[in-house]
Parts: sequence; structure tokens; C-alpha cells
Amino acid sequence: MFDSFLLESIINGLLLGGVLALLALGLNLVFGVIDVVWICYAELVMVGMYAIFFLYVYYEVPLAGAIAAAVLGVALLGMILHRFVIEPVLGTAPINQLLVTGGVLFFLQAAATLAFGIEFRNIGIRMPVVEFGDMFFSFARILAFATALVGVLLLWLFLTRTYLGTAIRAISQDREIMPLMGVDPRRIYLITSAIGGGMAGVAASLLVLQYDVHPAIGLSFGPITFMVCVMGGLGNMLGGFVAAFIFAQFISVGGYLFQIEWGYVIAFCFFIAMMFVRPKGLFSR
Amino acid sequence: MNTRILGGIGIAALAVVPLLGLGNYHLHILITVLIWGFVYTSWSIMGRFGMVSLGHGAFLGVGAYVATMLWNTMGLSPWVGIPVAMLVSMAMALLVGYPCFRFRIVGHYFALVTLALGEVVRLTIVGLRDQTGGSLGMTVTGVPEGTSLLALQFGDRSTFFYVALLVWLGGLVIWRLVDRSMLRYALEASSEDEDAAASVGVNVTRAKLMILMISAAMTTLGGALYAQYQMYINPETVSGIAISLQIVFAVIAGGLFTQLGPTVGAVFTLLLAETLRVTFGHDIHGLDGTIYGLLLVLFIIYMPKGITGSIMAGLTRRRRPTPAAAPAE
Amino acid sequence: MLEVRNVSAGYGSFRALFDVSLEVRAGEAVGVIGPNGAGKTTLLRVISKIIAPTSGSVVMEGQDLSRVPAHRVVEMGIAHVPEHRRLFPRLTVEENLRMGAFHPEARRRHAERLDFVYELFPRMKERRLQMAGTMSGGEQQMCAIGRGLMSGPKLLLLDEPSAGLAPVIVQQVFSLVRRIRAEGYTVLIVEQNIQQVLQVVDRAYLLEVGTIKQSGPSAELLASPEIRRAYLGL
Ligand SMILES: Nc1ncnc2c1ncn2[C@@H]1O[C@H](COP(=O)(O)OP(=O)(O)O)[C@@H](O)[C@H]1O
Ligand SMILES: [Mg+2]
Repeated sequence: MFDSFLLESIINGLLLGGVLALLALGLNLVFGVIDVVWICYAELVMVGMYAIFFLYVYYEVPLAGAIAAAVLGVALLGMILHRFVIEPVLGTAPINQLLVTGGVLFFLQAAATLAFGIEFRNIGIRMPVVEFGDMFFSFARILAFATALVGVLLLWLFLTRTYLGTAIRAISQDREIMPLMGVDPRRIYLITSAIGGGMAGVAASLLVLQYDVHPAIGLSFGPITFMVCVMGGLGNMLGGFVAAFIFAQFISVGGYLFQIEWGYVIAFCFFIAMMFVRPKGLFSR
Repeated sequence: MNTRILGGIGIAALAVVPLLGLGNYHLHILITVLIWGFVYTSWSIMGRFGMVSLGHGAFLGVGAYVATMLWNTMGLSPWVGIPVAMLVSMAMALLVGYPCFRFRIVGHYFALVTLALGEVVRLTIVGLRDQTGGSLGMTVTGVPEGTSLLALQFGDRSTFFYVALLVWLGGLVIWRLVDRSMLRYALEASSEDEDAAASVGVNVTRAKLMILMISAAMTTLGGALYAQYQMYINPETVSGIAISLQIVFAVIAGGLFTQLGPTVGAVFTLLLAETLRVTFGHDIHGLDGTIYGLLLVLFIIYMPKGITGSIMAGLTRRRRPTPAAAPAE
Repeated sequence: MLEVRNVSAGYGSFRALFDVSLEVRAGEAVGVIGPNGAGKTTLLRVISKIIAPTSGSVVMEGQDLSRVPAHRVVEMGIAHVPEHRRLFPRLTVEENLRMGAFHPEARRRHAERLDFVYELFPRMKERRLQMAGTMSGGEQQMCAIGRGLMSGPKLLLLDEPSAGLAPVIVQQVFSLVRRIRAEGYTVLIVEQNIQQVLQVVDRAYLLEVGTIKQSGPSAELLASPEIRRAYLGL
């Protein structure tokens, strides 16, 4: 028998996959170039969500302006993170690079609590619900999916069609000889950090339409993003992209059949099983 | 002075602490330090070889929840429940560790795999809400008389202090045994150059798995002990990313490469948290966390060897002045 | 054009070069020959500032390079084709070539330079959309040299371009170097293939354990009894 609820959750999973893909792509880009995982990535998203919320609700900036400001702001935050937190530990043991951004996670989370309290805040834009047969889809989700895809496409064009983008791909293949090409790696790192931050900002603008902002919201997106990156192969952008959609199906369909937590658990078990088959991620070269 | 004598004096001094008539608050702080000192030591046993787990909350959570659930629902004594939990943790460690080590997934990638594991255990606990109470947490069913060796419950704090002291000492002994064992040489060789280590007949995968399983089992015990002491657990405090990161940070702060480093980390982080709490109170939400996070970042940038590591480096420098600074790695 | 003055350099506490001086005049092809581990690669690394010398200086067209950051050296007209080619394996041939013209001056003229390189290496044009890592060693070497030429250099540094190639290909590489000379480039080439390289260069320096042991016109070195005995097996 045709189960339209199942179809609805499959499509919802597809829509969720777009945002996850965007998040995973940002993280993979930064890791691929700089070799550092931003454990605090989802907290950058949180900062972006707060920025949009306050600009839009308190300062009555038009939504488009608030979003643009947030994207730029988080991009700048990404650069600051790189310049003042990551750069000092770049030459040291990998554990330091991992943990220093973990410290930033605590810091941003607590600082958000300090500044904004623990209330849940919603920007209060009610998006229509799209009806299709007897299935219902949130317009915000469809918008998020479309925007995420456009974002991914723009990033892809940037990476393949521009000098800077080519340099970004090149640096992850051979770091040492970049100066011989006339490329200043430090500059590429900063630009990559800005792009990574900017993508967190874009993700923030999509999530703020669907979810309330609160200081711990990063904890509900961060771990999923990491799982997606791990599943797709850390630093592998194509892998992360596809894994995001697979993962989103587990969450959505698993959540429909059982409960949302079991979606994650099954996805992780799937990942562990896959690791025996394809240890370097689904799309290892 | 001989370190062994020094150690004996230290243990004796600790053993008489409860007789000094300390208040409940101070005894509580001490017990907390011992429990976490043990957990942090368990993490450092593998962390010092470059196996950075960001998911030790997984093992902590299994320890706390499996033992408690067996006791609450089936009345099974923690004396049985804890070994069962340890087996569960070790099986989990094996399942995740084998593909990672076999295929040389190390560094950031390994850290993220373990991070995911910690998160999955937290979600499992939440998902089993009918049995675990979900994110509301669960209370360990108390024995009516308050104290029972069989239930591993001690109404009297001093008794619990001795239990924690013993477990903590056990952790230090295991640390020392690993430090003196062939495993250490195998792993140090492999963290330098895994191919070279493998070529001289070191089974790197097996050595790493053993260390991981020892560490997991110990952490599980720590989690169970924590549950028996607090008599209340919830998924956020014993599993998931926050607690997993807290474990790592404390070890880094104290010092990763020394026997007492993790314990110093426990003392340091606890004192810091308490000081911030007492100074700023609970009124200003997040202030303590903000300072804590800031300190962590500064610590890692400016003092990556941790407190004990830096002190030791300072001492050796004073003892035999080296002519040239060591070249950067 | 290029002057290396009393350069010493090393890795950590290890010294690889001791008080090395050499000179390359405009339009010349100069060789640095010597056994494995002599410090030839280190010398080129010092010139293009991948590593800093512990003492001494490098001067390009009258300008001291000590204050020039590494990524600016290529703008001074020095292109370094590194040892083992070091292409970006998962970029296409054309992308590799374009990376060679990254700095703004070269980027402005990159279409023109690309035509020039394709004319010099028609093979590269055929392979332009292929991943560089999938090509044969000889093709990769052409691509690496092409990438160096893309920056529009005055001086080309070549580090063992013939290493690891089949004898027929080695011949091709050396005739290429001749061709590049004919195009008016100044070349400093490092080689262990002494017999061959001395046919191509005007002058050469013999480097052994970090010091210059001998130098002079190619014909003179080819006739030198020490070199004949130690390196040419004659
Ligand atoms: N990255 C490095 N670190 C340490 N020592 C090095 C490094 N590169 C080269 N060396 C040492 O410096 C010396 C000179 O090496 P190199 O310049 O590569 O010689 P060549 O190119 O003539 O074969 C050798 O003894 C080599 O072992
Ligand atoms: Mg060499």
C-alpha cells in the first residue's frame, strides 16, 4: 500500500539534506585546506542566528539586510578565529588544533548565555505550509533546500572557475610548494576561513527561519555535521555532500518509523558498518 | 628524596584526611576530584599516544546507565552491573576502534569518529526514555538503610572517600603499568612512524586496541562510580560532546604526559569552576563558562604541556641548563 | 642576473651548505652538479626562499632577496621547478599551468603565456583536461616546466628534471632545456646526470657535501680528471 506519510518524510529528509550538505561542505572546505576541524562550527552558526534575530527583531533591519550582515559578520568571525586562535597552534600537535576550537565552542556557548540568557527566541516569521496531495511541506524548508543548493553551486563554481578557488584546491594537495606559485598560504587560509564562516552564516539564515535560537543550539547541529563529514570522508567535499543526503534520510525516515534519536543511532551504526567496507569514507579515492 | 617514599607519604596523608573532621563540602570536593581524576587518568592512558578521543562520554554514559538500570530494574548489584557495563564498553570500543586502527584513521578523523560515538550513546539514552527517563535523567534507587556494600551505596561520605581513593590509586597503578609496558614502546614507535613500527614486528593495531579497551573499561568504572556517588544521572552530564570535551580539556590543563597530570587537571578545573561559581554566583548565567572557555583557549595556545608538564620542563631546565633552545618540532 | 653570496644553510642544527657562492649571468645556462645529498636542492630552496639561509645573501638583478617574502620571489622573475616535479595531482594539466601564473602580473597575461606553453609542448594541449597525476613521468616533467614558464620568468631553476625518467625521455628533456635556452631564458639547472647536463650548459659548479669544489666552462669540467674519474666512470 502506498504510504504517503513515508513519502512525506523521505522528501522532508531530502530538504533537510540541503542544509546539512551546506554545513558539511563548509567544514570540509576548511579541513581540506587548513587541516583543522572547527569543532565550534555549529556555534558560529548560532552566532549568525543571534545576529539575524537581533538585527531583524530589535533593530528592525529588513530581513535581507539582516541576513547579509550576518553572513558577512560570521565570515569575519571565521577570519578572526583563524588568525588569533588557529594560527598560533598550527605548527603544534594536532590535538591542540582540535581542542583550541573546542575551547571556542565553550566560550561562544557561555558568552551567548551571558549576553542573551537561556531563552529560546524566534524571529516570528510564519512561513506558509505547502500542500501537495495529502502531504505537507514547510515552505521554510523548501527555501532552505533551494538556497543551500544554490550556495553549494556557487562554491563549486568559485572553486573550479577562479584563480583563488583553484589555489584553494591546490593547497590541500601540496602545501609546501605554494609559495613557488606566488601564493601566500596565510592569505589563502584567511580567505578559506572567511568562506567557511560565510557558509555558517548562510546556514544560520536558513535555520533561523525554522528553529528557535538559544545558546545550546549548536549542540543539536554540530554533532550531526561531524557525523556527516566522517561518513563522507573528512575533507572530501563530494563525499560530505552525498553523505548529508544519506544521513538526512536516516534521520527523517528513522524518525518517522521510530523516534528521531533512533534515526541518528541507525545512521551511526550504518557508518560503522561502512567503515569496515570503505574505511576512508564512502567516496574515498 | 625517593619518589616512592614521597608517594607513600602522600597516600598516607590522603588516607587520614577524613579523620580531620572536614566538613561535608570539602569532603565532597575531594571525592569529586578523585572520581574525575580517575576518569581523566583513564582518558590520558590513550590520549598520550596521540589517540585523541572526543567521545569518552560514551563509556562514561554506559558505565553510569548500564549499572544503574540493572540495579533499578532487576535489582542486580553493581558488583555485577559494573563488569557488565565494562564489557559493553569494551565491545563498543572494539567495534569502533578496529576499523579505525586497522585502516589507520588517526588524528582529527579519529577524534570525530569518537565524538560521534559519544553523541550516539547520549541519543540512545534519550531514545530509551521509557527505561532511562530520557533527558530528565534517572535516580539510583537507594537502599532503605542508606549503606550497603552489596549496593555499593554509602550514606557516610568518608566511606565513599576511601572507595574513590582506592579506585583513583588503581588508575594511577594502571597508568604506571602501561608506562612500563611493551605497549608503550610499541605505541610510541608507532606514533613516530607506523610503517617502521610495523616492520619491526609491532602489531600496532592490536596495541592500540588494547589501550583503547583498557581506557574504555576504566572510564566505564568511573561513570558507574559517579552514578553511585551522585545517585542521580542524566544524559547530558555523563555522555555527549560537552562532557567528552571537558575530559580532554582537564587533562590538557593538568598535563597529558605525567602520571599526576590528569588529577592536577581535575583539581584545577574543579577549583576554577567552584571559584567562579562562588565569586559570581549563579545569578550571572554563563559568566563562569565564558571565563572557563577563554582560559582553555589561552591554555592551549600558551601552555600546551599543561600545568605539570610546564613545571617539569621548568625543573629540568633549572637542573641542567641546556645551551641551545630545543629546535621547534 | 643572480648572485649567491657566501650562503650557508641547513635544517635545524644540521648544516647542508657551507659558504656557497655562485653567479648566473643573463642569457646563460648554468649547471650545479654533484652527488646525491650534496646540497643542490637546498641551494635552490634558499634561492627561492623556501628556507632561509643562516648567513650570506641572494641577490637578483641587484635586489637583495632577504627582505622579499617567499611568495614574492616569483614576481622577481625567478621560477622554481621543484625536485620530483610536485604537480598538483588532482588538478587538470591546464589548472596546474594556470597555478604557475598566479601572481597578478602573470595572471593578466595568462592567455598569452598558455598559448606559448602549448606551442612549446603540444602534448600538454592534448592533455589539458586530464588530471596531472595520471600522466607519465615525462609528461609530468613537461607540465612542471610549463608551469614554471607560466609566470613569465627571467630565470628558470630546474631541479633534476631528468630524475626517474626512461633514457629516451631523458634525451627529450635535455633537448627541451636547449629549446628553452634558445627562447632566451636564463637557466640554472641542478643535475646528477653529469654527462648529459654538461652538454647543455655553458658553465657548471661542482657541489660536494655542501661546498663548491670546482667550477668552470662545461668543456673544462668534462675534461677534468677528477670529474671524469669520480662521476663519469672514465
Ligand atoms: N627537509 C630536510 N630536513 C633535514 N635534512 C634534510 C632535508 N632535506 C635535505 N636534508 C639533508 O640535507 C642534505 C642536502 O640535501 P639536498 O639538498 O636534498 O641534496 P641533493 O639535492 O644534492 O641531493 C642531505 O644530507 C639531506 O639529508
Ligand atoms: Mg636534490
